[in-house]
Amino acid sequence: MAVVRLALLSLRNRWLTGLLAILAIALSVTLFLGVERVRTSAKSSFADTISGTDLIVGARAGDVQLLLYSVFRIGNATRNITMRSLDDIRARPEVAWVIPLSLGDSHRGFRVLGTTPDYFEHYRYRNRRSLAFDAGGNFGDLFDAVLGADVAAQLGYRLDDPIVVQHGIGALAGQEHDDMPFRVAGILAKTGTPVDRTVHVSLEAIEAIHIDWQGGARKPGPGLSADQVRNLRLRPTAVTAAMIGVTSKIETFTLQRFVNEYREEPLTAILPGVALQELWSLVGVAETALSVVSAMVLLTALLGMVTMILTTLNERRREMAILRSVGAPPRTVFGLLVSEAGFLTLAGVVLGTGVLYLLMAALRPLIDARFGLYLPIEEPSASEAIMLVAIIGAGCLAGVLPAWRAYRRSLADGMTIRL
Amino acid sequence: MPASTAADEAILRFSDVAFSWRESDAFRLEIESFAVRRCESLLVMGPSGSGKSTLLSLACGIVSPQQGEIEVAGTTITGLRGAALDRFRAEHFGIIFQMFNLLPYGSVVDNVLLPLRFARARRSRAARDGEPAGEAQRLLVRLGLDPALHRRSAPTLSVGQQQRVAVARALIGNPAIVIADEPTSALDRDHRHAFLDLLFEEAARAGATLVMVSHDATMAPRFERTVELGGLARPA
Repeated sequence: MAVVRLALLSLRNRWLTGLLAILAIALSVTLFLGVERVRTSAKSSFADTISGTDLIVGARAGDVQLLLYSVFRIGNATRNITMRSLDDIRARPEVAWVIPLSLGDSHRGFRVLGTTPDYFEHYRYRNRRSLAFDAGGNFGDLFDAVLGADVAAQLGYRLDDPIVVQHGIGALAGQEHDDMPFRVAGILAKTGTPVDRTVHVSLEAIEAIHIDWQGGARKPGPGLSADQVRNLRLRPTAVTAAMIGVTSKIETFTLQRFVNEYREEPLTAILPGVALQELWSLVGVAETALSVVSAMVLLTALLGMVTMILTTLNERRREMAILRSVGAPPRTVFGLLVSEAGFLTLAGVVLGTGVLYLLMAALRPLIDARFGLYLPIEEPSASEAIMLVAIIGAGCLAGVLPAWRAYRRSLADGMTIRL
Repeated sequence: MPASTAADEAILRFSDVAFSWRESDAFRLEIESFAVRRCESLLVMGPSGSGKSTLLSLACGIVSPQQGEIEVAGTTITGLRGAALDRFRAEHFGIIFQMFNLLPYGSVVDNVLLPLRFARARRSRAARDGEPAGEAQRLLVRLGLDPALHRRSAPTLSVGQQQRVAVARALIGNPAIVIADEPTSALDRDHRHAFLDLLFEEAARAGATLVMVSHDATMAPRFERTVELGGLARPA
């Protein structure tokens, strides 16, 4: 179309200001889409904190509370569940596997989780990925510990380093189980889940370090040595919670009902996915705030473009007068400016999107390793595409104000341009 | 076609026209009667601020009078609105400004071809002997613009060269009327006369009526007729 060609020629004549406007828009589109990407991937990373586990069982509590202490290691269980109850659940035909979780101790601010070696096989995150060892391996000895990636990185642990577990958590953490030090047997790869911030030991080890303890304090007098403890047959009588896999998904609800109606002990079974969504709705406000900020950035860029076009308008009054004199109708003058704005926005959107993909391709491994945030490189989603089209539309709309001014002036100027 | 009476020999006619730029404006142009004959060359004289440019703006329909009628080539343009008026102007008028006539982008030829974009009849007249671009180049050469300059961008030309391009643009496709708003004011004396020679010659060749405004009385002898705007306009 003739108008578009004119607009492009005119723009080429002012390429520097045009380029700056395109860059401003591109930058904010990159930011906008980037925030959007991080937001959705944070959301899905969060929703994928635990997958492959069908039910989480704990003492009777709210769904979110159970999720918080069993998966996120936040807060405490009100009560433990007895091994007898867990054995009853394990005996159900629907159950494929049970992984007990025992919490309550810590190591320099990180939670210690007592569990079975199966944990490393059955715990899944992000699309059923299983945990991988960066170094070392699973528990061999009773006093072996497996560290999450953050624990190892922040405390600078290497394989075979000794670590001492503290009794209790946080401010309550007091006495150390220094009579029975652990050895770092394995270090896990970064996952972006609470696993990174956990020290894993075997369930029996949790029993072992508390063998000389009673009511939260060490019994007076000399206790058993680590070697003596190794020779004992340790059998935990209670755990904090358990992860359960079912033989068939359809059985999940049957089993959930069984647990919730279990008569010997008040228990709760939750579907981790549902509880995660419930929890996200609580923390989702931050998500909205992010979106608002990036929308503001975009708005600023569009305003900048309007300003750019408006300021060039004065020097373009002759151009408008010439066009009107050769018979260009007002809609041509109008179309010239609106299509200029549209073109600038389009170029900005294309450039911005390109830059985003380049950045993602370049930084993805780094982001995954540093933050455990997985950014999938895929074509823009439907909602992103709608946003991009809306941005271009907003850009054209932003051209209407300068266009209207130019049109008004071209009428008022007549043949003489009074500058 | 309008009936061919003696009165229709006027290609441009103002009747009881009154115009002011703004409602509140002290400036007001009133023209009771003013006519330009077909193929005439007419100089409109008047001091700065007397409304010469306004007269031209009214004639080619860039602005519309608050009252009265303006007739061009048998069409009452005061009855035309918006896009129709713009198309009419594109078809019937070639316009030359004082200076800065050319779009700063596009080549010299692009600038000459600009009016054809909006005027179909002029476009087909310009394409009579082939491509409009060819006609543009013939016109430019006749106006003394070396073909080497045709692909240059307009701002790289001298003012005199730019004015020649403006003449080519005004004449391409043979519009009925060429309107010139002090086109020589940016030229020195020698160039001024050379420019006028060209303008007269090409307007005559194209069979166009030439209406020019100026405050420079020395040019008056070269025109068939000179009118004083003061004698035309009636101050409010």
